[in-house]
Amino acid sequence: MSTTHSKSAAKLMLSPSVILLFLWMIVPLCMTLYFSFLRYNLLKPGTKWFGFKNYYYFVTDPSFMEAMVNTLYLVGGVIFITIVGGVLLGLLLNKDFWGRGIVRLLVIAPFFVMPTVSALVWKNMFMNPVNGLFAYAAQFFGTEPIDFFAHYPLATITGIVAWQWLPFATLILLTALQSLDQEQIEAAEMDGANAWHRFWHIIVPHLARPITVVILIETIFLLGIFAEILVTTNGGPGNESTNITYLIYRLVRLGFDAGGGAAGGIIAVILANVVAIFMMRLIGKNLDH
Amino acid sequence: MGTIQLKQITKTFENTQVIPPLDLTINDGEFVVFVGPSGCGKSTLLRLIAGLEDVSSGDIQINDKNVTHSPPSERGLAMVFQSYALYPHMTVRKNIAFPLKMAGMDQARIKEKVDSAAEVLNLTQYLDRRPGQLSGGQRQRVAIGRAIVREPRAFLFDEPLSNLDAALRVNMRREIIDLHRDLKTTMIYVTHDQVEAMTMADKIVVLNGGVIEQVGSPLELYSKPRSRFVAGFIGSPKMNFFPGKIIGNEAYEVGVRPEHLSVVHEAGDMSGIVKSAEHLGSDTYIRVEVEGADEINVRISGDAEIHYGNTVQLKVAGPIHTLDQTGLVTSN
Ligand SMILES: Nc1ncnc2c1ncn2[C@@H]1O[C@H](COP(=O)(O)OP(=O)(O)OP(=O)(O)O)[C@@H](O)[C@H]1O
Ligand SMILES: [Mg+2]
Repeated sequence: MSTTHSKSAAKLMLSPSVILLFLWMIVPLCMTLYFSFLRYNLLKPGTKWFGFKNYYYFVTDPSFMEAMVNTLYLVGGVIFITIVGGVLLGLLLNKDFWGRGIVRLLVIAPFFVMPTVSALVWKNMFMNPVNGLFAYAAQFFGTEPIDFFAHYPLATITGIVAWQWLPFATLILLTALQSLDQEQIEAAEMDGANAWHRFWHIIVPHLARPITVVILIETIFLLGIFAEILVTTNGGPGNESTNITYLIYRLVRLGFDAGGGAAGGIIAVILANVVAIFMMRLIGKNLDH
Repeated sequence: MGTIQLKQITKTFENTQVIPPLDLTINDGEFVVFVGPSGCGKSTLLRLIAGLEDVSSGDIQINDKNVTHSPPSERGLAMVFQSYALYPHMTVRKNIAFPLKMAGMDQARIKEKVDSAAEVLNLTQYLDRRPGQLSGGQRQRVAIGRAIVREPRAFLFDEPLSNLDAALRVNMRREIIDLHRDLKTTMIYVTHDQVEAMTMADKIVVLNGGVIEQVGSPLELYSKPRSRFVAGFIGSPKMNFFPGKIIGNEAYEVGVRPEHLSVVHEAGDMSGIVKSAEHLGSDTYIRVEVEGADEINVRISGDAEIHYGNTVQLKVAGPIHTLDQTGLVTSN
């Protein structure tokens, strides 16, 4: 298949879709880049060259640092919960027990719920301080209901997003566990490794690669979390649950500052790339062998 | 020091009994081979001894201690798997060191033992590689290395050579025999290859459908098989079976090994037409169609000038094994 001839033919055949995809990406990116250097307010007519001022204002805005930190907490928190939970659920679902098929289905189900819907369901049906299920539970035990979104907005959103992404991590880690050679576990057993040692020395190294994949994919998607914040807290109270994406939204749609938003967008792109490169360096070596 | 006793052990998977009640004693330092056709329960028996499967009933004793309900790690046995089951993310050194590390041995001692095992197995230059970077034979050696550093009471091998090519298999077979001679540790070796069984074993256990057909030294099994199954399984080419009356014997059936027949010029015990002749140089294998019997295999000298279509006279020139209707050998 990989003669020089077949390779160049393949390149030729692929080129239309590659060119289309490239344009798809590069045109909006260039426009954003262009806008980010303009003074461009949707309420005021006309645009004006603004240099790096949009960037300057975006970065020096006190909200920016808060949003940065929130973004990192959100991404880090969700990844942590989904990896730990995914490994545990994967181990459980890899065991033989009665009703395993149904449990597997239930574990995977959250992935099929749209982010907006799941956030609204959590907000209104579970976490509502008056009518939510948790409020009822709290009352039943005679404690004060917690107003999750008012008091722990970021942690609550992290929880909701983790709930959505747990199935993804579980699924990937479960398939990885299923591919683990059973004889390796038995050999370790013969070698005198107890359950913890088998987990730590055999299973965890076997999972290193799929965990890396989960972290990379989740990072890319979680940097852009938006819908869950919009329908639950609107980034508040204050800036407590505002991430970079939401901050940009607020600039453009609530402040009508298209130029500032574009600058924020470019900064977000740079950030995402920095994080991606950093992650690749840090854990990408797991993907080598 | 490792004697292993199986007392009336059975194993049932779901509803099928794979091992009916079985007794076996393996003495200290013995090289015991479990041999039998595919699916006869060799691996199951080995895994029961190892503790990787629970017996359904019966007792297992190692050095006179009942270990029926002990986990594998407490039985002091080491196993070499067919797939080697090396830990792919660890270097050869770490693989071999793993059981010692689990036993909590100190670093210096571990290094010393791993180095000496690597020396014995010619692995010294590969210690820093991972299993994925080794050949099949080298992986096999690492698996053996991981087993010997623990100084177990007995080694269990489950068809360890079946993934190797023919030449390497002969080499590794010799290495394992040498290893046994040096270590003098009890070894239990599973194979379905009767040549491996004959060449390696002090004691062969022939299994058929979970039942022990016969236990004995290679030569005992060869010269005094107890049943048609053992007689047919041990020896290559297979023993010939035909009705006794063909050679004027009153037994229901007789068995004669191909090497115990000869081609004669005068009138023999039977005659037939040669259906094929394989000239190997050292020997000639001929297949003869004899009336009233199945085809009969004969092994004769390499220089015999016998070809397809010849009519030959065959004479029995060795022991005749007589069998009854139930397939039991009545005399050897
Ligand atoms: N976990 C299991 N569940 C159900 N049946 C099993 C299980 N393991 C083995 N068996 C059955 O037990 C019988 C013996 O299997 P075993 O693996 O011991 O055979 P074997 O002699 O090692 O064969 P081979 O030479 O092909 O490796 C087979 O009929 C097999 O189908
Ligand atoms: Mg087997």
